[in-house]
Amino acid sequence: MSPTITTSSEANGNVSAATARAAANAAAAAEARGPQSVTMAKALNTAMADAMRDDASVLVFGEDVGRLGGVFRITDGLMDAFGEQRCFDTPLAESGIVGMAVGMAMNGMRPVIEMQFDAFAYPAFEQIVSHVAKMHNRTRGALKLPMVIRVPYAGGIGGVEHHCDSSESYYAHTAGLKVYTPATVADGYRMLREAIDSDDPVMFMEPKKLYWSKDQVDLEALAADHAAHRAAGSSSEGKAAVARSGTDATLIAYGPSVPTALAAAAAAAEEGRSLEVIDVRTIVPFDDETVTASVRKTGRAVVIAEAHGFASVASEIVARVQERCFHHLAAPIRRVTGFDVPYPAPKLEHYYLPSVDRILDAVDELQWEN
Amino acid sequence: MTISTSQSAPDQASEVQRKFGISVEDYMLPAHRQIQMVAPDGTLNPEAEQGTEPGHEYPIPGDPELMAAYERLVVGRRVNDQNSALVRQGRMAVYPSSHGQEACQVAAAMCLSEGDWLFPTYRDAVAVMAKGVDPVQAMTIFRGDWHGGYNPMEHKVGIQCTPLTTQLLHAVGVAHAAKLRGEDTVVMAMCGDGATSEGDFHEALNFAAVFHLSVIFFVQNNKYAISVPLSHQSVAPSLAHKAVGYGMAGERVDGNDLVALLAVLDRAVKLAREGSGPLLVEANTYRMQAHTNADDDTRYRDNAEVSEWKAKDPLSRMDVYLRNRGLLDDDGAARITEHAEAVATQLREGLGEDVPVEPQNLFRYVFSSPTPQLQEQSALLADELAREEAGKAAQKEAGK
Repeated sequence: MSPTITTSSEANGNVSAATARAAANAAAAAEARGPQSVTMAKALNTAMADAMRDDASVLVFGEDVGRLGGVFRITDGLMDAFGEQRCFDTPLAESGIVGMAVGMAMNGMRPVIEMQFDAFAYPAFEQIVSHVAKMHNRTRGALKLPMVIRVPYAGGIGGVEHHCDSSESYYAHTAGLKVYTPATVADGYRMLREAIDSDDPVMFMEPKKLYWSKDQVDLEALAADHAAHRAAGSSSEGKAAVARSGTDATLIAYGPSVPTALAAAAAAAEEGRSLEVIDVRTIVPFDDETVTASVRKTGRAVVIAEAHGFASVASEIVARVQERCFHHLAAPIRRVTGFDVPYPAPKLEHYYLPSVDRILDAVDELQWEN
Repeated sequence: MTISTSQSAPDQASEVQRKFGISVEDYMLPAHRQIQMVAPDGTLNPEAEQGTEPGHEYPIPGDPELMAAYERLVVGRRVNDQNSALVRQGRMAVYPSSHGQEACQVAAAMCLSEGDWLFPTYRDAVAVMAKGVDPVQAMTIFRGDWHGGYNPMEHKVGIQCTPLTTQLLHAVGVAHAAKLRGEDTVVMAMCGDGATSEGDFHEALNFAAVFHLSVIFFVQNNKYAISVPLSHQSVAPSLAHKAVGYGMAGERVDGNDLVALLAVLDRAVKLAREGSGPLLVEANTYRMQAHTNADDDTRYRDNAEVSEWKAKDPLSRMDVYLRNRGLLDDDGAARITEHAEAVATQLREGLGEDVPVEPQNLFRYVFSSPTPQLQEQSALLADELAREEAGKAAQKEAGK
């Protein structure tokens, strides 16, 4: 028998109840332990488990997410903890998964679905672009689609073809989709909770090479924080983070490129250059304010992303910064992105991916002689 | 709400044997002939010639249901022809008419109860209205001031879907959510013959079968996908035969016979509500007019074929049948015509009205609350319009 649970999905008129209780529980639990070594995978897993505990309308489904716990084990244990009704495997069909989630979201649920790999999400492209993104608009706001589409994305893991695409630009280009991409363990938890709370659909892009990255994190304290934010109606959505402060130039990065940018900044510091690193966090909505403030301060910028540079998120960031910071710039903004080639085979990927050296080379070209 | 227990399908073979006394294959395959109760000339087929067989039995609906359905049929035809006229007059951009398919439209909506959902295509406006949506709201999608004109939650009607078969998966999701909460909601998912070639048709039927959901897939086989005939879409013995491949029951019915349609769909809804899982019903009908006003059907079909189908018209057939049975007389027919005219008037007035559009609505319904970027763009448009207004005012002043 599965448990009987009262749900609290508010999106299409269902009544909410659980928020305050969750806040109290989380606050009480937070006193128990301090920071521990936690992986991004664990943070994401805990975020889903906590959301499912707080709200019975939160469902997790996709390919291999049930018994196996997902090919990356991000949904590990959820089926055992919440039953086959709340976490289950679907037939192998991505359009079916997304399309069914649309109907479920219309009918009181908050589906959190997994696309297994970036390039395997393409069969669902029509559902995502024509329905997920547009339902709220087409119905003049009558329908909301509170759903999260989790996409393990980008490269750096030596994957075979179709397993390493940076597909965020397709989604960011589509009006009506929010696009989140965490770069830190704490953000893995925080941002997935916020994505699940969102009444709008969120493309949740998980940098797969960071799944096993570790950090000292207190998940219970993060849960308490989240509950407090939710009770207060505040969130970190749409706020970029200053991942490292600096004064000479700004590196703007997101998702898998943030650790690379930080490594570049550390190396530059040894050479006497102070680089600020901005972690974009949510591509949509985009935090112009934080990015602009940093570039106005430093006067120089490099945008870093794994995706092909042409017509990409990186291009958009350059355009936005240029429009807003032109008179503060000492040099043209540079991009360090993937080349405009299909994602390469494992033995070639290190030539393709933005590297510390390539970033430092770009920094060197920011007309320092002036 | 309560999340209920087991998701998995019961042992279908023994369940079918117990319930219908036939093998699971005989249950899932359509009957050997299409179900037809009333012949094109309006006479009732003898029971032995209705196409029914053991396990495929369809009781004829009661007289009040038939009369209510006939009234909607007449209204539906009037709606179709009024809308086509409005397009010709330039008062509506486009209208994909279901002229000739009104029996399918009416039956699809009437077999459902209030809490049940309907997922229509762009050609199913008459079904949308038959489910209770205001006619003018239903036509907003073709009037051009917004995409969808009605709130899907109000009458449990999905927004009319222009991409093919994508809505079938939404129907599956609505049914799945209902099942998880232990509700007995039935969902009617509509598509056409051409749509059965789409990948989402396959995925929707398979998902519904695997999760054992209360969805009725209702295929209006009107013989053409714009210009491409059925023979280029499928060489299956019938579209209803596709059901068995998914592990669900399929049936084919004369789509211009309102009596047979109601009989088949009423039973399908009853079975689905009892938890028998999804069903596929193929209605054999015909698109009497071009795909839309922008289409020229003389390029791909003969007049003779169209004339042949004219003789199978769902309205005249029902009219004769009801009059023969003494259920309809001239007074009754006049009252129904009056109702249909009232709806036509409502459409003429509603669609003739010059509805002011609100430019700021562009930004209002993208997200629950606009992003900073949308706020900027909204301000830009507001400024542009304000300057335009100021310019006009200045011109007016100068002209004095």
